[in-house]
Amino acid sequence: MLRMIAVLFLLVTPLGAEEIVLGLSRDEVAITANFNGSEVMIFGAIKRDAPAPQGGPLEVIITLAGPLEPVLVRRKERVLGIWVNTDAVEVDAAPSFYAVATSAPMRDVLTSVEDLRYGISIPRAIRSVGAPDTVQNSETFTQALIRIRAGSQLYQILDSTVDIEEETLFRGQITLPAALTEGDYTAHIYITRDGVVVDDYETSIAVYKAGLERWLYEMSRNQPFFYGLMSLAIAISAGWLASAAFRVFQR
Amino acid sequence: MQIYLPIAEVSVNAFLLLGLGGIVGILSGMFGVGGGFLMTPLLFFIGIPPAVAVATEAVQIVASSFSGVLAHLRRKSVDLKMGTVLLVGGLIGAAVGVVLFNYLKSLGQVDLLVKLCYVVFLGIIGGLMFVESWRAIRRSKVPGSRPVRRKHGLVHALPLKMKFRVSGLYISVIPPLIIGLCVGVLAAIMGVGGGFIMVPAMIYLLGMPTKVVIGTSLFQIIFVTAFTTMLHATTNFTVDIVLAVLLLIGGVIGAQIGTRIGVKMKAENLRILLAMMVLLVCGKLAFDLLVMPSELYSLGVGGDH
Repeated sequence: MLRMIAVLFLLVTPLGAEEIVLGLSRDEVAITANFNGSEVMIFGAIKRDAPAPQGGPLEVIITLAGPLEPVLVRRKERVLGIWVNTDAVEVDAAPSFYAVATSAPMRDVLTSVEDLRYGISIPRAIRSVGAPDTVQNSETFTQALIRIRAGSQLYQILDSTVDIEEETLFRGQITLPAALTEGDYTAHIYITRDGVVVDDYETSIAVYKAGLERWLYEMSRNQPFFYGLMSLAIAISAGWLASAAFRVFQR
Repeated sequence: MQIYLPIAEVSVNAFLLLGLGGIVGILSGMFGVGGGFLMTPLLFFIGIPPAVAVATEAVQIVASSFSGVLAHLRRKSVDLKMGTVLLVGGLIGAAVGVVLFNYLKSLGQVDLLVKLCYVVFLGIIGGLMFVESWRAIRRSKVPGSRPVRRKHGLVHALPLKMKFRVSGLYISVIPPLIIGLCVGVLAAIMGVGGGFIMVPAMIYLLGMPTKVVIGTSLFQIIFVTAFTTMLHATTNFTVDIVLAVLLLIGGVIGAQIGTRIGVKMKAENLRILLAMMVLLVCGKLAFDLLVMPSELYSLGVGGDH
């Protein structure tokens, strides 16, 4: 809180400009054994030195993106009566998680030119250099990626879910699903007027495994041999234990 | 109760996994199959990544086979000598199979090949077993008919003969070695213990009694799957120990129950049930290959080429 106040005093903004001051309900998400998704509340205020400028209403867009990773999208086709993976397109960088929340329908909040510039909507957040010439309809592969990830709540469009009060205070909420990948998640807030971005603000939320989950994960990577032996030891002792227990019961 | 799996990176219901482990464990104890050919597709279905499912399944098979084999050892229904011979062949075969698998992977389409392997082998074995055990059941219902005497075929003409007292056989070690080898290769490619191929092979090709076959099959599966577990853990890092523990708690208990059910049942009935189960899985896989899937696209990990 002290830091936020300090930031408020230190910032010198040009006259008439509007600027975002942000708060987060949490800046880290720990994945433990009983992790079952998480809510992230993103809230903030618009700071201005002068009265609000004339023009269209103020709108807010909040995005939350997981780490970028390449994805291979395969398509099945019927060959000799059976369904086989034939064409494949590699998407160079797609966020493992992406949610975009707006204060009004997307088309009213952002022009397509600004979307292209900032990469805000889901199709713009995915980077694809292009498919090999042998593949037809390569754009359907990116659409399939969005469709599949949206189906498992990994890509979310939350139109008109951000609340704005008095053109000053805003609040949005994003639900992270249980099946999360580790990494630094980026929260991005944009304020727009007439579809044009006035100011943007970026902060990160660390998502990481904790406790036993962390320990097991690290061991499987750093000491794979002992991890394997440990798995087998558990398996053998569980097998023996069950057998011994049943023998006791039968007497 | 939801639980997050550290390696698979998904959250699943713990009770669902316990239940699945229990059902597959019962089948494992009853029929002497590891249950991998049933469990692996089930794990895919609840959203576990395929690589993790195949590797973790191996750990569960070790546990339920060990639990099952202890029960069989007490009943003296394990032919340790025959098991060892099969195992020697099996380990060599598994090593060959891993090399073959990596070669096929470099050609692409390995998923399809694995599925076709399943359909073909499950179909043939299930079909043959079903017909044979159906005949056996009908024969046993006709009073006065005697069981057919064992024929002396090629199995008895080969050199290097050995006495397998528990199985009541005096045959050459070459056929069991070759069977172990072939099953090892297939097991490595298909990512299972190979029990569902081994059990019929022992009954029909080696002429072993059904009661001994199950314990012996479980005995050699322990070692083959332990070997596979270590390979997966050290090369692909895909063994999820939390998933394995949840599956094997159900699995080991199920295996004990299954063994007790199996001992009380008649051999022909046991065989026909296994045959029906094998055919059911085969049918499901064939159906998936032939019918247009609802989602034509699938996602994989990119950046490795």
